[in-house]
Amino acid sequence: MDRLWLAAAVVAGIPLLLVGYITLAEGAVSRLPGRGSGWIRPWLWLAPGLFFITVFLIYPTVGTLRLSFLGPDSTRPVGLANYVFVFTDKSMLVALRNNGLWLVLFTLLTVGLGLLVAVLTDRVRYEAAAKSLVFLPMAVSFTAASVIWKFMFDYRPPGTPQTGTLNAVLSLIPGFQPRAWLINPPLNNVFLIVAAVWVWTGFCMVILSAALKGIPSEVQEAARVDGATEWQLFWRITFPLLGSTVAVAITIMVVFALKTFDVVYVMTNGNYDTQNTAFAQYEQLFVNHDFGHAAAIGVVLLIAILPVLAFNLRRFQQQESTR
Amino acid sequence: MARVVLDRVTKKFGEVAAVNDVSLTVFDREFLVLVGPSGCGKSTILRLVAGLEDVSSGEIRVGDGLVNDVAPKDRDIAMVFQNYALYPHMSVFDNLAFSLKLRRVPKQQIRQRVQQTAATLGLEGLLERKPKQLSGGQRQRVALGRAIVREPQVFLMDEPLSNLDAQLRVQTRAELIKLHRRLEATVIYVTHDQVEAMTMGSRIAVMRDGVLQQMDTPTGLYDRPANMFVAGFIGSPSMNFLSGRLERHNGSLQVTAGDLVLDLPPERAAGADSANTQEVVVGVRPEDVQPAASLVPNGHRPINASVDVVEHMGNEKFVYLSLANASLVARIDVSCPASAGENLPVVVDAGKIHLFHPATEEAIF
Repeated sequence: MDRLWLAAAVVAGIPLLLVGYITLAEGAVSRLPGRGSGWIRPWLWLAPGLFFITVFLIYPTVGTLRLSFLGPDSTRPVGLANYVFVFTDKSMLVALRNNGLWLVLFTLLTVGLGLLVAVLTDRVRYEAAAKSLVFLPMAVSFTAASVIWKFMFDYRPPGTPQTGTLNAVLSLIPGFQPRAWLINPPLNNVFLIVAAVWVWTGFCMVILSAALKGIPSEVQEAARVDGATEWQLFWRITFPLLGSTVAVAITIMVVFALKTFDVVYVMTNGNYDTQNTAFAQYEQLFVNHDFGHAAAIGVVLLIAILPVLAFNLRRFQQQESTR
Repeated sequence: MARVVLDRVTKKFGEVAAVNDVSLTVFDREFLVLVGPSGCGKSTILRLVAGLEDVSSGEIRVGDGLVNDVAPKDRDIAMVFQNYALYPHMSVFDNLAFSLKLRRVPKQQIRQRVQQTAATLGLEGLLERKPKQLSGGQRQRVALGRAIVREPQVFLMDEPLSNLDAQLRVQTRAELIKLHRRLEATVIYVTHDQVEAMTMGSRIAVMRDGVLQQMDTPTGLYDRPANMFVAGFIGSPSMNFLSGRLERHNGSLQVTAGDLVLDLPPERAAGADSANTQEVVVGVRPEDVQPAASLVPNGHRPINASVDVVEHMGNEKFVYLSLANASLVARIDVSCPASAGENLPVVVDAGKIHLFHPATEEAIF
């Protein structure tokens, strides 16, 4: 009951606090003599945002950076030892390799399939139904989706009834031996990626489909009359015009590929060489209680994502400037 | 170049026939204008000829070949779209060169043809620009250039001037007519603007609700409209329509519409007799209503009218008149005095009136 009150207080209190702050601050600014209020006002409005960003983003980032140069219990400095661990430990190398695999395959498949579905459904009457079907997995939590796919890939020894959907279906082929999809590296990584792709393709499809609707149909018709085959139309007109949206989809998917955790955690618990950096970080922090290792992995991930963020930011600014 | 034949073409969207049993022939090198109010099916006809829509029934022939099942890219037809539909990610040069590149024309030749087209349309300085950096008029010329550069059998133009401002529209209209003469091309041109139709078309096809109403030269349409729709659509201000009766009086045929009593000239009376009706709709062009004072009274009986509104056009004026139980628009010379509220006796030229069947709206003559 106490918690309920606390939750209510937070839900109502924080907006009230902000409204109160803005009212007071605006009141104070308007009372200032003419010239001063001009440069103060933007900062007053920015202050709450800056406060939250500092407390919840900048402070933890700097803290993590500090921890990455300290030992497991954060008491003594160890120099670059934690980073040496990240790039030399055998298990970490597998995790980094897997991240690379995710980065390429996951991004390629989600964006590629999303684009394919968006373009193909654009031409049929049952577009809405087909798109909903592809988008549906987005409504499932990633943990639940992982459980679903765990069942899909489930393995029972030959001769016993196959409860895994994939093995059960393939067993209909004479001579097929059930396979342990999630056990044998390195292909088991691909099957994990398939599960994640199932979830995220819908997302890519939706943003690409929206961009596709933004291309005037007259432009495509003009290309057809100009002599383009459907294939040429796609590659010379549609795809270039979708370019910026494809780039956005790719950057978002790259970020997700780098930070994937739930699929690995639920489906294999990081066993059989399926661990990735996010999972390794979790393991270092909550299983080994090695704050230094975990922090170093976090910093490496952050640095890996920075170029993607920079690219997105620049793109966003370009878009704003052409508006 | 080639002629285009539509043979009993129908296009249905669901239950609605956007184009209903239309047959027409566009001759080689002809400038045919399809005109009608929005939703009359004129743009659909263009899209059917281009191959962007499939016919529900009927045949379309371009040149000598049946093209019903030929893809747009193989019809050798170029189209200019209402919103230009330029490729936004390509420079003007690439926009013009696109169709040639698809046909694997040698690079040297592409460059030459693009530059030639650009020179024709005054686009030389703009070849490196993107469509976004062009004004409306320039975009329109690029769209036109994209069609010209291909040297197609037939040009289709879907209201290409509708996005230009009034002055540029008139100017471009003249340029298009000149261009048509120079290219000696077959053109099908769609517009809802009857002035554009009258000034540009070698022949005009008037459409309404998917049905071809009449196809004739501009003067043919104006002088001999086939029905009330065409009569009202062509000409500005529109033709006056008055409901009247045919009566035989002292051996000659008379039309009576309220105060207006007209003796039909003998050569027209025969046509009216054959119509086999007494109730008629009388159509009078505004220029055939004139102040009584300005005409030699050769059998015209003046009627009394009061002036409601006068619109001064500079070289002429449009006078909106009230009769006993009807209204009329007259197009009169600026020198004729007429001002709102005054009485103005007018005469109607009986030799130039049109008669329509009130039920079918078809022309009697």
